[in-house]
Amino acid sequence: MRDRRPSTFYWLAALFALFVLFLYGPMITILILSFQGRDGGLTFPMNGVSLHWFAKLWEGLGVVDIWAAFRRSLRLGLVVMVLTVVLSLLAGLAYRKRFRGSHVLFYVVIASLIVPSIVVSLGIGLEFRLLDDAIKSIAEAFGWTNFADHYTTAMDIYTSGLGAQLTWTLPFGLLITFAIFNRFDRRYEEAARDLGATPWQSFAHVVLPIIAPSVIGIGLFGFTLSWDEVARSSQAMGDLNTLPLELEGLTTTVTNPQIYALGTVTTGVSFVVIFVALAGIQSLRRWQTGRPPA
Amino acid sequence: MSEAVGEDIALEGPAKAAPAEVPASAPSLSSRLMSGTLPAWLQVAPFAAVFVVFFLVPLGLTVMVSFWNYNEYQILPAFTGRSYYEIFEGCLDRLPDLCVTFKTYLSTLKFFLTVWLVTLVVGFFVAYFLAFHVRSATMQIALFLVCTIPFWTSNVIRTISWIPLLGRNGLINSTLVKLGIVHQPIEWLIYSDLSVILALVHLYALFMIVPIFNSMMRIDRALLEASYDAGASGWQTVWNVVVPLSKPGIVIGSIFVITIVMGDFVTVGVMGGQQIASVGKIINTEMTALQFPPAAANSVILLVAVLFIIFALSRLVDIRKEL
Repeated sequence: MRDRRPSTFYWLAALFALFVLFLYGPMITILILSFQGRDGGLTFPMNGVSLHWFAKLWEGLGVVDIWAAFRRSLRLGLVVMVLTVVLSLLAGLAYRKRFRGSHVLFYVVIASLIVPSIVVSLGIGLEFRLLDDAIKSIAEAFGWTNFADHYTTAMDIYTSGLGAQLTWTLPFGLLITFAIFNRFDRRYEEAARDLGATPWQSFAHVVLPIIAPSVIGIGLFGFTLSWDEVARSSQAMGDLNTLPLELEGLTTTVTNPQIYALGTVTTGVSFVVIFVALAGIQSLRRWQTGRPPA
Repeated sequence: MSEAVGEDIALEGPAKAAPAEVPASAPSLSSRLMSGTLPAWLQVAPFAAVFVVFFLVPLGLTVMVSFWNYNEYQILPAFTGRSYYEIFEGCLDRLPDLCVTFKTYLSTLKFFLTVWLVTLVVGFFVAYFLAFHVRSATMQIALFLVCTIPFWTSNVIRTISWIPLLGRNGLINSTLVKLGIVHQPIEWLIYSDLSVILALVHLYALFMIVPIFNSMMRIDRALLEASYDAGASGWQTVWNVVVPLSKPGIVIGSIFVITIVMGDFVTVGVMGGQQIASVGKIINTEMTALQFPPAAANSVILLVAVLFIIFALSRLVDIRKEL
């Protein structure tokens, strides 16, 4: 069994290869088609190779200000990333001790992961609408007519939108922190304590450097999940849409390879983030084992 | 034991020492938050607050509004079962003909069952290959990454990327026509149940692979050897040893697939050419039409349906033990 591969190995390897083809084939198709020539259409054959559709995309997509959405999504993704890392780490640290309601909170977090996103999105949308109504009627009751007339909504990317995305990214963040601390050897901390480190010193100089690669992992989840999020954001963003929401709308209206070009750019951003994160994890690991980075 | 004692001392010590040195060298709030000098509840408070404000309260409001009345312009806060009544109106008297609601749920359920079955089988064998047949750890990590990277890219893009393949003039149709296998492009490749299922499997197979792989990596390899030594065939070993021990991963993966597919409206919308109904789509449409109480009532029903399926599944495994 150790030396010769059983025949099932080759069957399974073939299945795996097919699966990878299935996974990447379609993505590669639109990558290729985004370089479609000037007169080319949405499908093969390629009518030459050009950057024409990227150039068109750069100029914008008609009524939709796609680059504003791009910048909005990028900013929101970074905010979600930072909050996901900080809040999940804090929560993970709290879970290493005991606190009242830790079980309840854990089940709430799991529930947030498994309640269908459209339900969460609708709930947040409703919450903010009711909040708006309440604010307006309070303002009218107090006679602040000027305020009541100009007030529109509390819904915004950084209120309801941010919250909606956090309910999706934080559970992943917490589960990763659990995995981190389950594997964490507490003796390092004890050693630091014995050597006279304050709790903060022990966290900053011992714990954090050890868990740093996994913390990058949390950040990766935070950013990429936010960058591509559609379902939870759908009813929670208010007037301005994020890039994936715009993209979803464009699937029915754009009938030229510009949409593929946009797809390539979006996926490109994801890949850059993934590889920067993986490279970061890799180099941190090397640094931890004491070998100089290659 | 000694760990617990050490922890207690650490908690006691700085907390008592802190007041004395406050003005001179008080550590900043952020450093105290991170290091554990502050009580656990304060560390977890911002995290918990997010779930209260953006998860628990919205869910509660959804249930509440589902019992409210409405007209064309606004929601009216008066208790009524109108939304639920309208959703199921005529559903019982017209049996065996199905009403729209039952049809929609049945179609959603059909998608879920098909996608679940396909992702389960594919996910299991892909994970099995990775866990038991790939021998070097580096190769294992590399192949695992190959499987997971698409998870970090846009679902909308991954969905529309099927269009140039399955479309009327897409790669598959044009190849089939060129080879003379069919005379006319096949119409049901896209904007059909098939394309929806393909896209859903494409998007969510990963949610099956990762937990199953995780479970499989914990299986003691000696158990497999023992099974072979006891004379079991490869198949018997898979069925009687690997499958039962992978059960937690299978259940967790299934829960993910259930909730995502049951609530999906984006993939069904795009790949169904906006023609195929799903519960998620109904909710989304009603929400856009500002019909909040019916949307909320549909959400509640969807939630109950999903929880019911999950409850049945979770009887099989204790999730907490798996973390």
